[in-house]
Amino acid sequence: MNKSINISTDQLINYLLHLADNSLIMGHRNSEWCGHGPILEQDIAISNIALDLIGQARNFYQYAAIPIKQSTNQPINLTTEDSLAYLRDTREYKNCLLVEQPNGDWAQTILKQFFFSTYQYYLYQQLQNNADDQLKAIAAKALKEVTYHVRWSSEWVIRLGDGTDESKKRLLRAFDELWMFTGELFEPASYELNMSTDFILMKEEWNKKVCSVFEEATIDVPVEKKWHQSGGKTGNHSEHLGLLLAEMQFMQRAYPNSEW
Amino acid sequence: MILLRKFYYGDYGESKNGAADISSDNSSSGVVTEWPLWEVFIRSKQGLDHKHAGSLHAADAAMAIENARDVYTRRMEGVSIWVVESKHIHASNPDDADALYDPANDKAYRHPTFYNLPDAVKHM
Repeated sequence: MNKSINISTDQLINYLLHLADNSLIMGHRNSEWCGHGPILEQDIAISNIALDLIGQARNFYQYAAIPIKQSTNQPINLTTEDSLAYLRDTREYKNCLLVEQPNGDWAQTILKQFFFSTYQYYLYQQLQNNADDQLKAIAAKALKEVTYHVRWSSEWVIRLGDGTDESKKRLLRAFDELWMFTGELFEPASYELNMSTDFILMKEEWNKKVCSVFEEATIDVPVEKKWHQSGGKTGNHSEHLGLLLAEMQFMQRAYPNSEW
Repeated sequence: MILLRKFYYGDYGESKNGAADISSDNSSSGVVTEWPLWEVFIRSKQGLDHKHAGSLHAADAAMAIENARDVYTRRMEGVSIWVVESKHIHASNPDDADALYDPANDKAYRHPTFYNLPDAVKHM
């Protein structure tokens, strides 16, 4: 555990749930492409990314379940990774708004992945040096996966931006849809403070990467300050998350503890 | 619109001699919008050779390698990937099989099985 700054149990739990929710919701969105990808090979590629992200979410949920169990006085506490994923309501989810946005077309899916993976990349780079050993280990493992997600999604951004008139038009439309959700990534919620992460540095690195990929994609967009939407990190979500959870949690809620 | 034509290895077409038919590529009547086909070779371990793993579609070599990574190395099958566009692979014509392969049938002496190995030689 962090030696210099005392992190409360609540703060750690919320932080872990936030990281897990980000990965789970993004992974679930990607899984919606399964069987619908534009071409077989890319269908598999995005399903692989979905599995990577859901794997990350599992690691964070499993870790979060430990302090949650310890912090309640009830004789039986059934908190598990599954209950955290399938039995919490919209307001308890702490993912950022970006990941819950609908997939839209391929351009929108790609750009969302690119924004998010680039963010995860710089975040995990910092977390792999965290004082918390467990967090550190999860981040180091996930960083390898995320490195590939960044590579895959940036190449697609470049292909679409520097492709045909149609692909460029779609990428620009995706930018208009998604840009307002990127500001929230770098606006720390209370539980993100004291986690030894430098948000200013992260934002700088993220901006630099996004600008360099946009330049290669011949996309000329204003990436300076603009109004942005926020609230996801504290449970104030867009309507999309409710619909997503309804579909994702239906089976577990209708048939509790069902197995197959 | 870029016209793409699909090629398969073994698709010796008109030329008969095993080369993929690339003479009539862009002028073919059917507009094919699919990406070209690539053959994928995976090396499973350092020191072993690359083996043919299968084929896939991709717009260019960089995408073919990434697709190969996603399609053929999901279960830790490989440490190295080669890709080559299928149209560059030339295949022998199955019609020639009698002449090409059957003559080797009765030449058992070409197998190195008629030597007495000294006991000291192991792992042969």
